[in-house]
Amino acid sequence: MALTVRIQKRYGDFLLDVDLTAETALALLGASGCGKSATLKCIAGVDRPDLGRVVLDGRVLFDSEAGVNLPPQRRRVGLLFQHYALFPNMTVERNIAVCLERSRRRARTAELLALFRLEGQRDLYPRQLSGGQRQRAALARILAAEPQCLLLDEPFSALDTYLKWELEQELREVLDRFPGPVIWVSHDRGEVCRNCPQVCLLEDGRSSPVRTTAELAANPGTVSAARLMGCRNCVPVRPGPGPGLVEVPAWGLTLRAAAPWREGVTALGVHAGRVHPTEAEEANAFPCRVVRVVEEGALLLAALCPEGAAPGAPSLWMELPRGAWKALPDRTRLRAAVWPEDLMLLE
Amino acid sequence: MDWFPLYNSIRVAAAATALVFFLGVFAARFIAGAPRLVKGVLDVVLTLPLVLPPTVVGWLLLLVLGPRRPLGGWVWETFGLRLTMTWQSGVIAAVAVSFPLMYRTARGAFESFDETLIQAGRTLGLSDAYIFWRIQMPVCRQGILAGTVLSFARALGEYGATSMVAGYTPGRTATISTTVYQLWRTGQDGLALRWVLVNLGLSAAVLLAVNLLERKEGRSWP
Repeated sequence: MALTVRIQKRYGDFLLDVDLTAETALALLGASGCGKSATLKCIAGVDRPDLGRVVLDGRVLFDSEAGVNLPPQRRRVGLLFQHYALFPNMTVERNIAVCLERSRRRARTAELLALFRLEGQRDLYPRQLSGGQRQRAALARILAAEPQCLLLDEPFSALDTYLKWELEQELREVLDRFPGPVIWVSHDRGEVCRNCPQVCLLEDGRSSPVRTTAELAANPGTVSAARLMGCRNCVPVRPGPGPGLVEVPAWGLTLRAAAPWREGVTALGVHAGRVHPTEAEEANAFPCRVVRVVEEGALLLAALCPEGAAPGAPSLWMELPRGAWKALPDRTRLRAAVWPEDLMLLE
Repeated sequence: MDWFPLYNSIRVAAAATALVFFLGVFAARFIAGAPRLVKGVLDVVLTLPLVLPPTVVGWLLLLVLGPRRPLGGWVWETFGLRLTMTWQSGVIAAVAVSFPLMYRTARGAFESFDETLIQAGRTLGLSDAYIFWRIQMPVCRQGILAGTVLSFARALGEYGATSMVAGYTPGRTATISTTVYQLWRTGQDGLALRWVLVNLGLSAAVLLAVNLLERKEGRSWP
């Protein structure tokens, strides 16, 4: 089963231009305001694209050339809204039962209430539920309508952070049982990497080709993709004096990169976790001053300033486990290093 | 004391409110989703009776409904019905004057209604009519109810347009408001005072009923 989406829609100055195919769980990753929710609305049929085609499992849902535009009622696309959109005037039970045929309403509602552990909440109204219960109720309601694909619009944005982890595991279980394609909209790379084998980046309304999540993390290709994948260090770069060498003027460094130089490269990206302190003589090692230290749970982020950096240059962020940081002999000055294969050349 | 004006006032206000309820709700629903230009123009036209003096509304109504006017003449010739100087013409006048109140409050309620509930309903396969009557209307009921009460109160107190379109015929078109005016004009202050007290009692009863209704409704879902 596959969902193929090739649509264009203009909103004032903003052009949404999406081209993707989802077979399993596909993440649609992008900053807020880049058109992720609009894409889902076009697929579900509550918004109408200007041009293009949406095909779900061989069924044409929308085709501007053929003049096909199925109403949302007939698309069988389940859309989980950011704030869940439960009907406030109906109990949990009624919210789920409302889209079931009368003959099997009672049995199927009971089944879904049990499956989503909502039996104790069946007579409560949405406003009386916790965030997690609301999400489960909304999912139960969507599954009651028997959709052929699922669209999740930032499923955790309406929840407190401490609730997220457990709910993510629950949602994952639901998705694992779901046979059709899933599009998971998110701006959180962790969420995406953990749950979606494939990813499509959406930048400024424009989608990039679908890639596997692992491939994107290793080789993002562009500065914005690298930033979306959590790369903290992105600095301007130019070709160095020899083959395999690149020059970072801001830091006053010449580094060895494993990837060959290519046309269009403007920036160098390094994940903070790939910068490490070293005593040994190795490639791409250079002395730094520690400017600032930020603790993040069990991790520690150090802002480094390479000696010879231009004034006002961006810091080089290094991520270390707290223990490794404490074990350093000098925590004001150190030698930092990056392996050549960890340098990403970005457009 | 002849109780006809009380009966007629309630009859006219109730009929007008029932009509205004549907007219206002459908106008509000249509305009809340209309393109901006259409919305701007229609909004002005539909709200105009609220800011025009009731006598101007009455005069405009007579222009259309009078027995020698196009609409009034046609209805008279075809159905043998007069559209002026009957209690039904009082209803028309009350509808014209109270419509903007219903329309505006209902529109406000619809505009603050969370659009994603409609979208969710549609993706779940619910019909547009179901979504409107079973989700949007109940969720907006506070605004709708407020608009209905305001319209009823306005229709009950309507004088200007009614006196021109329906006139004052004791036992046929007299309402409380036209009766009070007539009694004052003819110097029957004692009787006028009685009608004033009746009107006060009626208005208080309406407001009380609304408060009770709201409190009871408020408990149905949190």
